Amino acid sequence: MNGILIVEQSLNGLQFGLMLFLLAAGLTLVFGIMDMINLAHGSLYMIGAYLIATIAAASNSFWLGLLAGVAGTALIGLVLEVTVLRRLYQRDHLAQVLGTFAILLMSNETVRMIWGSQPIPLSPPLALAGPIELLPGLSYPAYRLLIIGVGLFVALLLYVLVTRTRFGMHVRAGAANREMALSMGVNVQRLFTAVFAFGAALCAIAGGMLGPLLAVQVGMGESILILAFVVIVIGGIGSIRGALIGALLVGLVDTGGRMLIPMLFGYLMSPDTAASAGPAVASILIYLLMAGVLFCKPQGLFPARG
Amino acid sequence: MKIPNRIVALSPTLAVAASLLLAGTGAIAADKIKVGMLSTLSGPGAGLGVDIRDGFNLVLKQTGGKLGGLPAEVIVGDDQQSPEAGRQATERLLKQDKVDFMTGVVFSNIMLAVGQPIFQSRTFYISANAGPSQFAGAQCNPYFFNVAWQNDNLHEAMGKTMQDKGVRRVALLAPNYPAGKDAIVGFKRFYTGEVVLERYTPLNQLDYGAELSLMRAAKVDGVYIFLPGGLGVNFIKQFVGAGLSKDMTLYGPGFSADEDVIRAVGDSMLGMFNTSQWGHDMGNAANKRFVADFQKEYGRLPTLYASQGYDAARLIDAAVRDVKGRVEDKEAVRKALKAAHFDSVRGAFKFNSNQFPVQDYYLRVVSKDVQGRITNRTLNQVFKSHADAYVGDCKMPS
Repeated sequence: MNGILIVEQSLNGLQFGLMLFLLAAGLTLVFGIMDMINLAHGSLYMIGAYLIATIAAASNSFWLGLLAGVAGTALIGLVLEVTVLRRLYQRDHLAQVLGTFAILLMSNETVRMIWGSQPIPLSPPLALAGPIELLPGLSYPAYRLLIIGVGLFVALLLYVLVTRTRFGMHVRAGAANREMALSMGVNVQRLFTAVFAFGAALCAIAGGMLGPLLAVQVGMGESILILAFVVIVIGGIGSIRGALIGALLVGLVDTGGRMLIPMLFGYLMSPDTAASAGPAVASILIYLLMAGVLFCKPQGLFPARG
Repeated sequence: MKIPNRIVALSPTLAVAASLLLAGTGAIAADKIKVGMLSTLSGPGAGLGVDIRDGFNLVLKQTGGKLGGLPAEVIVGDDQQSPEAGRQATERLLKQDKVDFMTGVVFSNIMLAVGQPIFQSRTFYISANAGPSQFAGAQCNPYFFNVAWQNDNLHEAMGKTMQDKGVRRVALLAPNYPAGKDAIVGFKRFYTGEVVLERYTPLNQLDYGAELSLMRAAKVDGVYIFLPGGLGVNFIKQFVGAGLSKDMTLYGPGFSADEDVIRAVGDSMLGMFNTSQWGHDMGNAANKRFVADFQKEYGRLPTLYASQGYDAARLIDAAVRDVKGRVEDKEAVRKALKAAHFDSVRGAFKFNSNQFPVQDYYLRVVSKDVQGRITNRTLNQVFKSHADAYVGDCKMPS
């Protein structure tokens, strides 16, 4: 185990964590402000990836695809909120889970009907398909560096938006105490729609960024949605700061664990057992992390409601 | 004595009833062959299932919709790469559609899950892909035929190749499921150099950053991967993206370097060695016809999965013809299947006593052909008339 390995793995963990943050940020705002559990969040991620992949392939430009896909997904999110999700705010969490799960299933089938069952290709921009030499002996994929860059940029943007703008102030007020914000004159309905559309745009960015690394396929949103929920539970509902810290924690622990646990098991037991047990334990590591955090801080690390 | 009017009036009905009863006893041959095609048609593994299905259907197009001279119907099911969904689809095909043959499963974990119900219903399964060691050895069954290979075979061929090439230090990577385990076991049976790194990743893992970092740190000479379909596409792109292709050579079985992966990865794959029992550039007549017809029908070059689906259909076609359509006579069908009276697109083909193939294996390399296409070129033969390692454990009556 050497320094270069640690640096490379840390960068991988950072990259993964920042993408999780994009999803978790939208999810935690919706949960925190509108008090709505949205299982369709992963579907927005999937729709975003599909739109970006299709437009990028048609126009032969990754950036145009990214821009148009994000705008398209934000629009779809907006329409979804105004037509369907608005009616779920007043209902209890179970009804919201059922309703948004139905949307999840319908999105999967609609995407399957339009694009087919096989994954569609999404290639990174040609200029970034190879490695960059960061340090002597460490070549890191340029595309993953782009992901890290985009993630940090969005995090900064969110910070400025939430702490320095009027819109951000309303969002924070709504997350802290919705009734009070309403009585103070915040146009809650428009705020909700704007937050939801913004969350959808963040999902699309994540989908477009991760698409070239993973596969753009039906059902791609489910596995990352579960991780996003773990992140917001760890970070605290309604807090973007919590979403960032939680996402970075989950990203680093998951990536680090996937490398260290099989190694550790390799020393402790026979190679055969290690080969089966290692990956299995590594994949439950983040749930152990979540349990640990909740044990010490049941409201998460940075709860918005104190 | 005069026959009562009632009986005379009923006689047409009685005649029809009698003929139906006779038909039911199976004294007359079947009038239609039903084949259940259960494959993975969604998710990252979908490309493999689609190719098997297309290869199989190509034979029907060539014979005018017939197998063994009888009209054939292929009922397609999607196992969605889930053993549970595969079991449900199998139930439907066996009980509701009452298929005569089944084929198509891509992944060995699904094959192991749906095998027993199929064998218990006395339906013949012609595997066009999955060849788990269990079904080649201790759990072999008279109703299971494999027309592709036993899971270890292509990996054994690459193990021998890398051993002969003198590749000293290797990293091995395979998904954590039965075929993945079989792959590494098979590879190590013929490779005796130093295995520095051996990793099994979850079947749904698409990001190999961690594994690539470990390979870089281990400074290996060669990397052997078994990552079928979409998994291989992602790995190869990430491997090249991380700059590792400069320092180490990538080897794989044909599964990780065939047309589906080449289409998705492109130039970065040039120079990758892989092993297979078939190449589209093989010169025998059956193969030339297969490749030409496949390209004409589907507008793409066939993969080894398509060739296996094609051979499965040709095998069923030959067997049904040999038993003259009497598919109810299971013993006769089994004998006809074992005889394998068909021209395989890979050249020499025959079944071993465990109903798995005995065949030749070749080394291929991804290169540009005369038309400038990036595709596989078949090089030398690695094994001749190679049998699998589990045939000794199979105690099936022949």
